Amino acid sequence: MEIKVLRCGMLSTIQDLGRPGLRAAGVPVGGAMDAFALRVANLLVGNDEDAAGLEMTRVGAELEFGEDTVVAVTGATAGGPEPWRPHFLKAGTRIGWGQFTAGCRAYLAVAGGFDVPVVLDGRGTYLRAGWGGWHGRPLRRGDVLTVTPPDRTLTAGNWHIDPRILPAYATNPILRVLAGAQAGEFSPQWTQSEFEVHPHSDRMGVRLQGAPLARAVTTELDSTAVAPGTLQVPPDGQPIVLGADAQTIGGYPQLAHVISVDLPLLAQLRPADRVRFSEVTLAEAHRLYRAREHALALLREGLAQKRR
Amino acid sequence: MGDTGLKIEFGSGAESASISEALAMAESLAGDPPPGLVEVVPAFGTVTLYYDPVKVSDFDAWLARIEQRARKPGKHSRKNVREVVIPVCYAPEHAPDLDRVAAQAGLAPGKVAELHGRADYHVAAVGFTPGFPYLTGLPKKLHTPRRATPRLAVPAGSVGIGGPFAGIYPLASPGGWNLIGRTPLDLFRANDAAPALLRVGDRVKFRAISPEEFAAWK
Repeated sequence: MEIKVLRCGMLSTIQDLGRPGLRAAGVPVGGAMDAFALRVANLLVGNDEDAAGLEMTRVGAELEFGEDTVVAVTGATAGGPEPWRPHFLKAGTRIGWGQFTAGCRAYLAVAGGFDVPVVLDGRGTYLRAGWGGWHGRPLRRGDVLTVTPPDRTLTAGNWHIDPRILPAYATNPILRVLAGAQAGEFSPQWTQSEFEVHPHSDRMGVRLQGAPLARAVTTELDSTAVAPGTLQVPPDGQPIVLGADAQTIGGYPQLAHVISVDLPLLAQLRPADRVRFSEVTLAEAHRLYRAREHALALLREGLAQKRR
Repeated sequence: MGDTGLKIEFGSGAESASISEALAMAESLAGDPPPGLVEVVPAFGTVTLYYDPVKVSDFDAWLARIEQRARKPGKHSRKNVREVVIPVCYAPEHAPDLDRVAAQAGLAPGKVAELHGRADYHVAAVGFTPGFPYLTGLPKKLHTPRRATPRLAVPAGSVGIGGPFAGIYPLASPGGWNLIGRTPLDLFRANDAAPALLRVGDRVKFRAISPEEFAAWK
């Protein structure tokens, strides 16, 4: 099936769940910033969770669907079809999204998944190097995307996602963190402060502004591993929380790491949103991680039953 | 390191002892991976393991076993050390910062190229951009602080000096290192199964080539 791009939105890229396994070669994991939202969108249309979908940023695209299909939209509140449920579309249907009213990134999954070449074990777009996804770039008006034919009959039942399994999306969230390797070089009071999201935030990192975080020592650090969620503090004291396209190693002090289950909240932050942090234990972070995977496994199983 | 990573430090700085311990640990983990291991990233004297918390049911026991292995990482096996020779053209058109580095070192530009080209290097880390090697072994005389204002676009293949390290830009990207030459080799090929030419632990030598050789390479 073909999908015609009538309007491209602000920054719309093909993303999957990234390309882990190549970080030793310096290749960022990449993939959807809000991986939870993409996984659920894919499950709702009958895809594998890691199928390629469309990540739209702040202003959505307008698309024309060439054949009958099933789609789902998740993540940011974007207008358009009701989110977090599947929709059956007749051939020729056009869907457009305007400016998002809450959140930063919305995900569109189409039954079968977007058909783009696999580069380095992944289908996601890595903008900085210009590879993966749709010719290594964001969509433009006039592009004609293709979708892999789904391997099952199209069904869009009348069901919703139980909102209790969704992350606690909010414009002013509290992100839970684990202490980083250099946490002892900063005042523990930093979690009392509020930070504002800077406009120069992107898929590599969410830049925050607030009372500068002062480091007690000035020793230079070797570059060591960093990951999505790592909160690093450059010399100006304004923290950056790394995103999906984070470089694989970095030399700034690592004050903290946002826990995995809260990365969707990070992905949905927009400029001028305000954010606070609170520290949790590693055991708690692991418990939450396993609970999320359990909830997704139940969802996967439940949807498979309905399709039988 | 967060709830899916574990960073093990064997020492700091560009000490070769800690780097080779980190390499030995990375090798040991690759040869006999603990349950739930996703991937391993060595960098300088550290090794970071990424793991899947769902597959690590008893984290404390898992951690204890890895800590035990880290206390005796063994020896980094020599047979895994590859030697890679990188052709470099040090001609002015490919070396916009050669004069700056020379002035800083109090040497003639030709002497800088000679010293840089004669040294033995090791890849201590790969990152910053895909395939970018951080090379230890740069002669002390050539240590040069990064440029105060980074360039917005450094051409792919540029050979640079950043503080105590030598490096090579695999892709066109912004960058603050002093550029003293350029290689015609591709350091990163997105379509190859092993996309990065260099990996941590490799030995690197440079070989000076003329602008004509550079131009004829591709």
